[in-house]
Amino acid sequence: MRLAHHLAVASEWIRGDCVEATEFPDLAQRYMVMAVPKTVVNDRVSFEGAVPEAQFVDAVLRAVNGTGDDR
Amino acid sequence: MAILTERDRAAVTTELAKMAGPVKLVVFSTQLGASEYCVETERLVREVAECSDQVTVEILNLHIDKERAEAYGVDRVPAIVVEGARDYGIRFFGIPVGYEFTNLIDAIIVASSGTPSLGAETLERLADLKERVHIQVFSTPT
Repeated sequence: MRLAHHLAVASEWIRGDCVEATEFPDLAQRYMVMAVPKTVVNDRVSFEGAVPEAQFVDAVLRAVNGTGDDR
Repeated sequence: MAILTERDRAAVTTELAKMAGPVKLVVFSTQLGASEYCVETERLVREVAECSDQVTVEILNLHIDKERAEAYGVDRVPAIVVEGARDYGIRFFGIPVGYEFTNLIDAIIVASSGTPSLGAETLERLADLKERVHIQVFSTPT
């Protein structure tokens, strides 16, 4: 979660939401949240677990470059 | 009853002493349909603000303050916008307790300076970004 917020500060194009899954079951269901943390970028790229910074940025760029669609 | 213990308050006060500038916590809540989560979130945010003169709180109602909600891209409650010199796009949906509470404090500190703790390579890779990115990180209270 921390990374998402720091990335948001780094770029005016990025918004980082921390979503409490049990309070929003509709979102948890929509994004198929089975394990946490689960990160979803632009509704297109997603991954579970904490990942290193470089890998997190990979996912962000994959979501905008149109090279990823792993939902 | 207070959410934060005296010990929590002391720890938060110490952490928030690292702030480099003012931060506003904008809380979206609602009286209708409402959840005790909204009430608790408001209370938690106020308690955090009591730990630093640099933190202010604004409580808005999702249904009444529609334009503000739209401007912030908030469509559900409880929500917290952590705003520094500008709105950096930091949001919390749901009450940030447990591990997420630590993230709230961290978000306040980074918003206060506008200087993220990221590697030089990351900043370089983000420099060319010209499209909107919406990152949602799902968590559960721990």
